[in-house]
Amino acid sequence: MSIAHPTDAAAAGSPADARQRSSGPGRPGPRPDRPANNKQGKRHYGTHVFLIVMAAIWLVPLAWAIFTALRPKADTDKYGYFSTGGAFNFDNFAQAWTQGGFSQLFWNSVLITVPSVFLILFFASMMAFAVSRVSWKFNITLLIMFTAGNLLPPQVLAAPLFEMFKHFELPYAVSDSGNLLNTYISVIAVDTAFQIGFVTFVLSNYMKALSPELTEAALVDGAGVWRQYWDIILPLCRPALAAMGTLEVIFIYNDFFWPLLFIQSGDRLPVTTAINNLQGQFLSNYNLIAAGAMITAIPALIIYLLLQRHFVAGLTLGSSKG
Amino acid sequence: MSVSTNPSARGRKAAAAPARRVRRLSGRDKVVLGLMVGVPTLIQLVLVWIPTLMSVGLSFTRWNGLELTDIKPAGVENYQFIAQDYPPFWPAMQHNVLWLAFLALVATPLGLLLAVLLDQNIRGTRIYQSIFFAPVMLSLALIGIIWQLFYNRDSGLLNFLLGTAGTPQAVDWFGDSSVNIWAALFAATWRHAGYVMILYLAGLKGVDPTLREAAQIDGANAVQTFFRVIFPAMRPVNVIIIVITVIESLRAFDIVYVINRGTNGLELISALVIQNLVGEGQVIGIGSALAVILLVISLIPITFYLSRAFGKDKEA
Repeated sequence: MSIAHPTDAAAAGSPADARQRSSGPGRPGPRPDRPANNKQGKRHYGTHVFLIVMAAIWLVPLAWAIFTALRPKADTDKYGYFSTGGAFNFDNFAQAWTQGGFSQLFWNSVLITVPSVFLILFFASMMAFAVSRVSWKFNITLLIMFTAGNLLPPQVLAAPLFEMFKHFELPYAVSDSGNLLNTYISVIAVDTAFQIGFVTFVLSNYMKALSPELTEAALVDGAGVWRQYWDIILPLCRPALAAMGTLEVIFIYNDFFWPLLFIQSGDRLPVTTAINNLQGQFLSNYNLIAAGAMITAIPALIIYLLLQRHFVAGLTLGSSKG
Repeated sequence: MSVSTNPSARGRKAAAAPARRVRRLSGRDKVVLGLMVGVPTLIQLVLVWIPTLMSVGLSFTRWNGLELTDIKPAGVENYQFIAQDYPPFWPAMQHNVLWLAFLALVATPLGLLLAVLLDQNIRGTRIYQSIFFAPVMLSLALIGIIWQLFYNRDSGLLNFLLGTAGTPQAVDWFGDSSVNIWAALFAATWRHAGYVMILYLAGLKGVDPTLREAAQIDGANAVQTFFRVIFPAMRPVNVIIIVITVIESLRAFDIVYVINRGTNGLELISALVIQNLVGEGQVIGIGSALAVILLVISLIPITFYLSRAFGKDKEA
């Protein structure tokens, strides 16, 4: 939603309706009643058939992965994969967890995701405040630069960043590679830089829609710029920050590329990138691969169940994200 | 710097903001603001824009990535090599175009259709939305693995459903270079359609319901109402969907890399960039030239989007 035009923001996110809008999928929310005529009632029948078929198609790959994961390898070998014979249990999950070293991998994901998301929200909200609440010559230029940066394909920057980090020498006490490669700092820094643009764009639109009188009053009271930002604007942006925070947790958790490029040691990879090695690790034990894949989906699943509202609000608030 | 009441700080106009406000920023405030703008801008410059320019520079050199002193100028040799002597390049271009065409003609319209159907007050809309939306939460790498399990020659469900499992006709959907791009596109659609659906559902909710009523009073049928009234009214959403579709097809990488690193029928420009950068025999110049080609193509949707998103502000 190009919220750059306040008039378009009806769908997209003035703070007033953000809460309502965040009612995402599954919450159609109150809507003005439409003339429900008989014709529409009839058409719904076909609609349901179509939707049920589509939903079934949509669920099949996921259901198949779970089904495979729940069956012991011995049973699928005996009865075949396309059968219901044999036991169903979580043994594959337990085995995949220990054999794949998932506790370490999840910890690596946390070490990358948590600092990145905080840094993104912090820097982006400062930048958004400066370009939306204070008007000066270059703010549109900067905002364009930030927004464009987020839309670049990451592969465009891959070579220079890799070489920059490789030639950035560090003492071996700090990094065992002697440079920034194979460190979390490299991934966190690039994730942060890459995502700031998007979040700045969304937050600046959100902040523009807040009444100017809010900070006017504070100005009269002699509040400095920092207090206007920290004590007045940020608390009002809570819904947008929650939405962006949720979205960024998923984006960074799901990021495959940067760790692939910067981190060489398999035991330092975050979960999402490490699944690339699952197939080699579990050879052709598809039951274990399926279990490993499903373990990887758990954090997304938790957010899906608990924070779906925020996630969808984040997507629709900004949705400049590619 | 002036604190302005004009919330969108519309370019020139804002510069002429009432003078009395100009004085309100103290020296300390200016330093604070300078830092608030300066630090993120510096991060953005050093880690996004300077590397982008360096990619352009490196694309005109020959380098193995070891010593900085080994960098040798090479003119346009890298580009010549790519166009003439680098076999995976043209297939990769074709695959990227196919990727775009498939997302634009299949996945995006499917997402729109789902949104329109679910926007009616039908029973169970909540459940349907949750189902179609679920893959959007997953990484494309994970989607590659999940579909791999579905597509496998011997253990995948698809070959069982087709009745070819265990026979010589069984297809290795991700391994066979004549079909794997299509198999990957279906997997990508699984995610993309749900994404488009969510954005259009929000867009449809933002359309003024009186528009629809007015069109119906004028005698328009449902299809006419949608294409003549509702769809044009969602122009901002349409712009974003177009941009997302184009950018996604240029960025496509994770899924093919998980399947086979972007080889054997799944070549994409993004994957070729990485193949030239990592591993032995690094050819940074070639990789950078490929990256620049990717950059130039992506500037088209990026410019399109920026002109829509910021155009009004600039003209005002």
